[in-house]
Amino acid sequence: MTARPPVLAPETAEDRLSVASNWRLVWWRFRKHHLALLSALVLLALYGVVLFPDFVSTQDPEATDARLAFIPVQRLHLFDGARLGPWVPAVAGKRNPTTLRMEWGVDGSRKTPVRFFVTGYPYRLLGIVPAHLHLLGTAAPDGRERLYLLGTDRLGRDQWSRLVHGTRTSMTIGLIAVTFSVVLGVMLGGISGYFGGVADVVIQRLIELLQSLPTIPIWLALTAALPRDWSPQQVFFAITVILSLVGWTTLGREVRGRFLALREEDFVLAAELAGASRRRIIVRHMVPTFLSHIIATSTLAIPAMIISETSLSFLGLGIRPPAISWGVLLQEAQNIQTVALAPWLLIPGLVVILSVLAFNLVGDGLRDAADPYSQ
Amino acid sequence: MTPPVLEVKDLRVHFLLDEGVVRAVDGVSFDVHPGHVVGIVGESGCGKTVTMKAVLQIVEPPGRVVGGQILFRKDSAPPVDLTRLSPRGAAMRAIRGAEIALIPQEPMAAFSPVHTVGDQIIEALRLHERQWRPTGPRLSRHEAREMTVDLFRSVGISMPDQRVDAYSWQLSGGLRQRAMIAMALSCKPRLLIADEPTTAIDVTTQAQILNLLRDLQRRHGTAIVFITHDLGVIAQMARYVVVMYLGRVMEQGSVADIFHAPKHPYTRALLKSIPGLHVTPRTLLPTIAGSIPHPLGRPRGCPFHPRCPDAIPGVCTERVPALRPVGPEQLASCFLYHQEEAAEG
Amino acid sequence: MSETATPWLLEVRHLRKSFPIRRGFNRKLVGTVRAVDDVSFTIREGETLGLVGESGCGKTTTARCILRAMTPTSGEILFRAADGRIVDLSPLSRAELRPLRPQIQMIFQDPFGSLNPRMTIFDNVGEPLLVNGLRDRRARLERVAALLELTGLRPEYLHRFPHAFSGGQRQRIGIARALATEPRLVVADEPVSALDVSVQAQVLNLLLELQTRLSLTFLFVAHDLSVVKHISDRVAVMYVGQIVELATTEDIFRHPRHPYTAALMRAVPAPDPHAPSGDAALAGEVANPANPPPGCYFHPRCPFTTEVCRTERPVLREIGAGHLVRCHRAEELALTGAR
Repeated sequence: MTARPPVLAPETAEDRLSVASNWRLVWWRFRKHHLALLSALVLLALYGVVLFPDFVSTQDPEATDARLAFIPVQRLHLFDGARLGPWVPAVAGKRNPTTLRMEWGVDGSRKTPVRFFVTGYPYRLLGIVPAHLHLLGTAAPDGRERLYLLGTDRLGRDQWSRLVHGTRTSMTIGLIAVTFSVVLGVMLGGISGYFGGVADVVIQRLIELLQSLPTIPIWLALTAALPRDWSPQQVFFAITVILSLVGWTTLGREVRGRFLALREEDFVLAAELAGASRRRIIVRHMVPTFLSHIIATSTLAIPAMIISETSLSFLGLGIRPPAISWGVLLQEAQNIQTVALAPWLLIPGLVVILSVLAFNLVGDGLRDAADPYSQ
Repeated sequence: MTPPVLEVKDLRVHFLLDEGVVRAVDGVSFDVHPGHVVGIVGESGCGKTVTMKAVLQIVEPPGRVVGGQILFRKDSAPPVDLTRLSPRGAAMRAIRGAEIALIPQEPMAAFSPVHTVGDQIIEALRLHERQWRPTGPRLSRHEAREMTVDLFRSVGISMPDQRVDAYSWQLSGGLRQRAMIAMALSCKPRLLIADEPTTAIDVTTQAQILNLLRDLQRRHGTAIVFITHDLGVIAQMARYVVVMYLGRVMEQGSVADIFHAPKHPYTRALLKSIPGLHVTPRTLLPTIAGSIPHPLGRPRGCPFHPRCPDAIPGVCTERVPALRPVGPEQLASCFLYHQEEAAEG
Repeated sequence: MSETATPWLLEVRHLRKSFPIRRGFNRKLVGTVRAVDDVSFTIREGETLGLVGESGCGKTTTARCILRAMTPTSGEILFRAADGRIVDLSPLSRAELRPLRPQIQMIFQDPFGSLNPRMTIFDNVGEPLLVNGLRDRRARLERVAALLELTGLRPEYLHRFPHAFSGGQRQRIGIARALATEPRLVVADEPVSALDVSVQAQVLNLLLELQTRLSLTFLFVAHDLSVVKHISDRVAVMYVGQIVELATTEDIFRHPRHPYTAALMRAVPAPDPHAPSGDAALAGEVANPANPPPGCYFHPRCPFTTEVCRTERPVLREIGAGHLVRCHRAEELALTGAR
């Protein structure tokens, strides 16, 4: 037979089902979980912010202005009278008659119109391309018209922009730390489960050792050991590595269990009898069967990483200023007075809750959808 | 003739799935008389297990009994329709285990791994005490244990007083199945449902278990519904046979009728396609063309027509045949014998 | 058929496989399970040898040792390779076995576990081809389509996934995969046990046809005597790790010489309600391979036991043309075969 065999285009629903790969089946099942789908959209939006933080920011997050400290949240109004025209109450200065100092605050009587896609402070898109464009802004951002969507902190820094940049750091650390953990876990768990013997014993004891160490003191010790003169980027990298070094153990155990079970499966034996190399069997036959499950489990592990980083930074042991993360932002709200006077400084906490919830819902949805094939 | 212990009338059990409705049991009727063995035989997807689950009212959602009756007659009392009882209610729980007992396919899965087999039987005895012993003092633990040891002895378990304290995973397959039979018979049920009880055990052990069941049945007069796919076992055990396919009864009749004078094309083809010990070796077996359709892809008309060598075009492809008599004790649902009749639904 | 004309393809000599039983904290060796206990037989080219027995008899372990899916404890597995050399498979390392792999393939019992659910039929059946050097995708597509047609499936299905197929169809796919590299020996491990009755007949027919068409040699492992009778040229009956009888199909079913073989045949329920039932079923349980009885392993259950059976282990010996039995009393007993 020389002609290529014809491929019937899938017509009926049964046909579509029969040519559906595992990923498509997982997607079809995931689609039915409306809450998970919604959370996935939220996460996509957050990761959009991660990619283009400067575009979404309104001010330079590190620009300080002591005069503008503790400006409260400027409520965004959508309608100006009857027209659609977003505006915020203006920030204006008033001379205090007693002390003769300028005091800046929100003046409800004056309106600052809000514009979309304005020119603002310069930045580099993705770190390479110079740009000026921002999503939101006012007509004269450097001048008298200022936009503080979430207020300012004690140093007069715009909280919205800082929150956006903090999101970038915190979400990225979570993702990278989990990726490292997955790689470590799959590798070591795989070696343990597939080869057994001495490697298995050594790796299992290592896992037990790591799991029996109390995590918080270890983190504290490791981060305190970081040299104080390291740049924020180096600290960022080091924190990520530390988090993943401790976090891979649970996944490693799971992967080992899967490998142990898969080793006995007939189709793995069939591949061995065909003459496939060990590497091919692991990579092509064994790992794909539980990859969707691993991804689901990892998604559920990200929130733990985020909270770990936030906690460390909150305690001053993780990311340090001038780098920005959610933990660093929450550091500003560490005492009662600040919380009483400027409660908007706690908003980063809300964002932490939102992202953790979203990850959990998506992870749950993925895990339910990634069930092995039911016959 | 004594009234039947169990009368299944036009039973319908449907499964409501996302992808559609699976009519797992689609109009099944048969009677079980006291002391008789009725065999239900069929391949996968025929609905024999779901029928059994419906009798015991243990059909799991998304499956539901959507029609028909299951009349159970205890002694001379008027019959009770099991489909009307709440599956978890007290009335059904009193019947399940005591009046109608089950011997499941996998005895390992049916016994709890953390209790001894003796304990589980004692539990059953005490739970249903008031059914098999309506009057008298309550059963003491010692008495229950004695009864269990006796039960083990009567099903042929050697060293019964030691085996009572064993866990199910310590027993071999044959012993486990015997213990399961002991448990099923403990409360002296009127009806025993055996769901493929010998599929998971060796053929020599199977012979022993079948002998045991025959012997116990003769002694106690229990009616048995024997579900299996093995036609050899049916021939040895059953008095009356029901042949099912895709949720409908294709043929039913006495065991002699079914094996020596099968009327339905499916029964005939099935009997011819078994490799028996008497068939000439290394010759091609006559097979049934095609394969069992997916439950969601039921053919229109008679469920067997796509594979039937005698299908009548225009008739078998359009209407569903009803189950009608084709002999003194034999019924078949096939248009070869009843041109005009069609079933509803 | 002349015994010397057709060369043998596989000769198994004194194959043994034991599994250690370890108990306790420091995994002390407390005993061994002799799963395969001195098994010897030959298979000629083009014939089917049926290996039959109940659970724990060692037939699956024997098959897996021959395939070198596990390493035997001792014994020789002599295989006549395609280039004419005779190779002993048992001591070979993984690397040494690799070039021989395409010549010995397996058909599995469980149609649902034997295909990788994440790979299409094309990937599953094409795996042995890809792994053994056929990298050209178009050539592989042609070959896989041809194999599917050979086993009675439509070639258009090769882009579907296993979950779209029934048990019988998956078994055909498994057969197609086993035949991909044109093996000289095919080991079928209970290939029809998990299938419905009507589908069993189809698959058995397929195997018979393929054997004739492609001159295949089969080692057919099964627990079902009727199936074994249908497909084998010769039959070996195993009990607790040993072969107790080996003869041609006709011989063994007409005139069994070992009491266990006769008991097995008696125990199979005939699909005939008028056949006598319940005649003296074999008593007792299958012996424990970790602790077999002294003397003949079968003696506690045998209706013909004598003193010598309790003390001396019988050897596998020839008592007729090509008919081997492991029984002290084989000459005296008159056993009935299948009716």
